[in-house]
Amino acid sequence: MKHFLTLLSHELRMLLVSPSTYIAGTAFLFFMGFIFTGILENYTKAPQDVSPAHVFFQLFWLPVFFMVPLLTMKCLAEERRLGTIETLLTTPVTTTEVVLGKYTAAYALYLSLWGATGGFFYILKRFSSDPRLIDSAPLIGGYVFIAVSGLLFVAIGVFASSLSRNQAVAGILCFVMLAGLIVGVRWLGEASFLNRDILAPAKAAVDYAQIFAHYEDFTRGVIDARHVLFYFSGTALALIFSILSVEAKQIHA
Amino acid sequence: MSAPPTPAIEVDHLVKTYAGMTAVADLSFTVARGEIIGFLGPNGAGKSTTMRILTGYLPANSGTVRICGHSVATEPDAVKRLIGYMPENNPLPEDMRVSEYLYFRGRLKEIPRRKLSPRIDEVLELCDLKRVRHKIIGQLSKGYRQRVGIAEAILAEPPVIIMDEPTIGLDPHQILIVRDLIAGLRGRMTVIISSHILPEIEMTCDRVLIINRGRVVAQGSPADLRREVLGRTTYQLITAGSLDALPTRLTAVEPTLKITATSEPDATGFVTLALSTERTDELGEPLLQSLITHGFRVRALSRAQPTLEDVFLAATRRSWDAKLAPVATPAGPAT
Repeated sequence: MKHFLTLLSHELRMLLVSPSTYIAGTAFLFFMGFIFTGILENYTKAPQDVSPAHVFFQLFWLPVFFMVPLLTMKCLAEERRLGTIETLLTTPVTTTEVVLGKYTAAYALYLSLWGATGGFFYILKRFSSDPRLIDSAPLIGGYVFIAVSGLLFVAIGVFASSLSRNQAVAGILCFVMLAGLIVGVRWLGEASFLNRDILAPAKAAVDYAQIFAHYEDFTRGVIDARHVLFYFSGTALALIFSILSVEAKQIHA
Repeated sequence: MSAPPTPAIEVDHLVKTYAGMTAVADLSFTVARGEIIGFLGPNGAGKSTTMRILTGYLPANSGTVRICGHSVATEPDAVKRLIGYMPENNPLPEDMRVSEYLYFRGRLKEIPRRKLSPRIDEVLELCDLKRVRHKIIGQLSKGYRQRVGIAEAILAEPPVIIMDEPTIGLDPHQILIVRDLIAGLRGRMTVIISSHILPEIEMTCDRVLIINRGRVVAQGSPADLRREVLGRTTYQLITAGSLDALPTRLTAVEPTLKITATSEPDATGFVTLALSTERTDELGEPLLQSLITHGFRVRALSRAQPTLEDVFLAATRRSWDAKLAPVATPAGPAT
């Protein structure tokens, strides 16, 4: 792990000097701001049951579907396409360090983009006279959910990037995997064929992996160790597969 | 540096196959410390594959590779600290500045922070990159990019430097700079370079290794190779006189001396002849004397220097002709 910090600071530095980071950040904030204003408009029309933060974070999947593939598709695919992975791996650096460095940098960017949306709530608090609009519990729960689930989403993006040397393919792969995990699992949970007794274990597994259900728990302030474990183990698995994928491509180059 | 007992690179019965295709077949060679060795071969001969195996980037199917006594397969970390590698096509990140890139690579190669800045200055000076140190690599011309790659390879002062086609795509002036640069490493570092540019290899390298189809087909110093692979010397003679009597005159001087090519006589009656002999020592003087005393008019006699290109072509052709014949290995200094 000696080189992890060198690689991480290199990756962060490259993110900071790259114009695409700022373009992505601006576009993300513009899009999220648009959603946020839409939510607030609903509140002006009629009283709602839940706080704006709750509705806002419920739409987490929308930016995740687009931002995570865009943030991560480059990281390993680009290195392979340019061939710089060869110079990188012939220094005393392990594949694990390379993958972890890239993953951590992408995750840091993911977090900071979401962190920037905190400004919306600050503005709301500052200029709205109604304190009920700012409910701190779903707000904190929402951000914790974003941080914990982001671990897995970004890891899936890194894994997709390790599978192809073509960024577009990596991006689409990532999108499909995320859609399968978030929407596909939800669809499976509602499917009636899983209700048979013989499929009960499968049903239990599908219920366990319901990301929307996890979100509801988090915003209610329930931080369940099982949910956290789900994301942590999923992250570990995706990263291990990324490392294996990079090494396997090396062997079968 | 006193010469340690272990050679810099030992390759023993190396085999590498890709999906049923054999890229390297039973390759064995040794490189002494401080030696500059040229790696020649036609396209697809297994040069790049061999170099990648040497760096530990690719695993071999069988055989052993040792760098300064460390096995590449079992001690990859130790080996990576001993080599500087510049891959084929010299991949570089497009969006970094030259000095930033060297700093990053230096940190990865575990050069202490304190020593890194002076070392980067030194390497920039050595590779004549001072003017572009703050430029973005993606905007540099090919020659500069190539030199950035070389600077990166020698940055950590590793004992072994492996460069895959370092002069590809350079203009003659830049080739000269790169050649001087590599020559400057002589004695301090062991250098392996692969190239298609044969005069290039001839001028820089102490020893040449010609491989084809994953096997060594010839190795030795350029002079050794000429003798061993071609096995004969050629002369060019421009003369006028009775050509019918010439073969007898030639055999009188040296029995193996034969005419291999004859041109049409020019306006003044002079004919250009190519002569070939198995003798390797100088025959010019007795030949001249004999021709002149027997009434030939001689305008020029020169001994043709076979280029490495001829050797290369002869050696690779021979390996194609004799598919599985025993590999010819003329005595090189390190074998």
